Amino acid sequence: MFSLESGSGFWNPILWIFIFFIAFLLFYGIRGFGKSAYKKDTDQTKAFLSGNEESSAEEMHVKASNLYWGFTTSMKTVYTELRKMHTGNASDYVLWFVIILAFLFLIIGVM
Amino acid sequence: MNIIDVLIEQSPALIIAIPLLGAFLMPLVSRINSTVRNIFGLLVLCLTGFFVGILASDVLANGPRLYIFGAKDLAVPMVRILFEVDSMSIFMALITMVLAFITLIYSWSFMKDHDGLDKYYTLVLLLITSTLGMELTGDIFNFFVFLEISCIASCALIAFWISEGEALEAAFKYIVVSAIGALFVLFAIGLLYAQYNALNIATLANVLKYTFLDKIILVLLLVVLGMKAGLVPMHMWLPDSYGRAPPSVTLIIMGATLASFYGVLRVIFTLYGNVLSTTMRFSIPLNVLVGWILITLAIISIIVGVAMALVQSDFMRLIGFSAVAEVGYMFLAIGAGIAALGTPYATTALQGGILHLLNDALDIGLLFLVAGAVYYITKKRSLDDISGLARNMKYTTVFFVIGLLAVVGMPPLNGFASKFLIYESVYQLNPILSIVAILCSILMLAVFVKVFYAVFMGPELPAFKNVTEAPRSMLLAMGVVAALMIFIGLFPNLVIDALVKPAADALLNHAQYIGTVVGGV
Repeated sequence: MFSLESGSGFWNPILWIFIFFIAFLLFYGIRGFGKSAYKKDTDQTKAFLSGNEESSAEEMHVKASNLYWGFTTSMKTVYTELRKMHTGNASDYVLWFVIILAFLFLIIGVM
Repeated sequence: MNIIDVLIEQSPALIIAIPLLGAFLMPLVSRINSTVRNIFGLLVLCLTGFFVGILASDVLANGPRLYIFGAKDLAVPMVRILFEVDSMSIFMALITMVLAFITLIYSWSFMKDHDGLDKYYTLVLLLITSTLGMELTGDIFNFFVFLEISCIASCALIAFWISEGEALEAAFKYIVVSAIGALFVLFAIGLLYAQYNALNIATLANVLKYTFLDKIILVLLLVVLGMKAGLVPMHMWLPDSYGRAPPSVTLIIMGATLASFYGVLRVIFTLYGNVLSTTMRFSIPLNVLVGWILITLAIISIIVGVAMALVQSDFMRLIGFSAVAEVGYMFLAIGAGIAALGTPYATTALQGGILHLLNDALDIGLLFLVAGAVYYITKKRSLDDISGLARNMKYTTVFFVIGLLAVVGMPPLNGFASKFLIYESVYQLNPILSIVAILCSILMLAVFVKVFYAVFMGPELPAFKNVTEAPRSMLLAMGVVAALMIFIGLFPNLVIDALVKPAADALLNHAQYIGTVVGGV
């Protein structure tokens, strides 16, 4: 009843949750062997910035558009083309529609 | 005949009539007060939902149901409109009803401070009517009429925040693209009528000869409905519209988009079902050609959707591009199902695609609801301007995490069940397709981890120190969607056995759809 068959494999979410629960118990047990030296609201919890003062929250905030900078820079050629494609111009939207229409006319209709 | 039988018999008409009547009464009811208006809207949806429910139980138990508007006598030719409801249509109607309820409940709080809500709720009900009409009709011209109503209602809803210039621009682009698409659909219907003197889908499917004009019609319908569903490279209107419409209505606009996807299924499997596997093109069967065209466009959609989502900083636009990628997954499954028609994994692919249709509506829908809640509280759209909201918006954060995990296909949520079926079946057609789809899912995870970090994690910005949790009705709407997602994730078989398999069988068994009309009228 709970097993989803794909023809070449199966997926059982209940079994998965059971295994996940066992793994969680295992990790929780291992965690218990650690040292409980954590003290809230002491210097222990402050970020260590090589002796420099901690900046304000706004200055520390890494903005979303800065994330994956490495990936987007290495894929610059692809992104330049993709951005060029997304002009925001309604005429271009219709142009793409006409291009696909013509392409499929050739493949299915005319050739 | 008892009362229930009469209600079931009349339900296809009532499913359209009730929300349509509700839409036109809404401006009058809204004059009383906002509470009465909200209750009236809920009542209209409850009644419609009741009829969808009883019709679903009947169709799933007894097969397709026919409803004839107009002359039943064959001696009076063509003066009638047929509604033909099979398991696929009712599956779509059920999705639309779920989205409609969520939209309404969410709108109570989200839109409460806005003006013109009588028009807003009228448009919402009109959009629900047109979406249900597209899904239940068995007449291709009637499909066009409902498509037009859905275009106009969607356009007005996208432009609802008219004070924002960009909303107006998005609505303009949407109506340009939709109007041109609708004209081509009308042209295709004209060609069908000129050749076969009929507009009924089943009748047309029965007599279709796959002439040169039929090839043109196939291309026109596929391209227009593909564009309306958000297939790359005709997808550009979608992030614009989804990004600028009030997030409370994005769900129901998405429902209308999915109805176009349903249109693609109906055209390929039913209208062209008789000729699909028997016609050769370039010495290969037509189903293989059409299947691979869809697969190619689907893979491009997945890659472009995910890649563009990664670089967006506007929260709602980012989800819009993710929706494009999700549409790609659906087309990938359907394309594989068509290309490998007749093999066991084709049926699995089709079931995966149909289940993903439901999952996409819920997953992307939940993410839009979360984005709306964040916008409602912060009045910010850009991810760069928001940070650390998890401290004060704990429930919204939990709902976002559920949406995130589901949309990227993480077990044990619903997205995994459908993607599992898609990956496994598509792998058997061509392993590279499956590998690309999985890699894009990983990239999708990166996209939403970025959102999670930017919006909910990170330092608490002083501007958001005192923000509060989203209002209760919005939390309720998000909670219901999240609960459905978890339920489908844990018990995918229940949904597949009860709804998805009958829907897939209805598409594959087009002879039954044709026979219900041709042998019944």
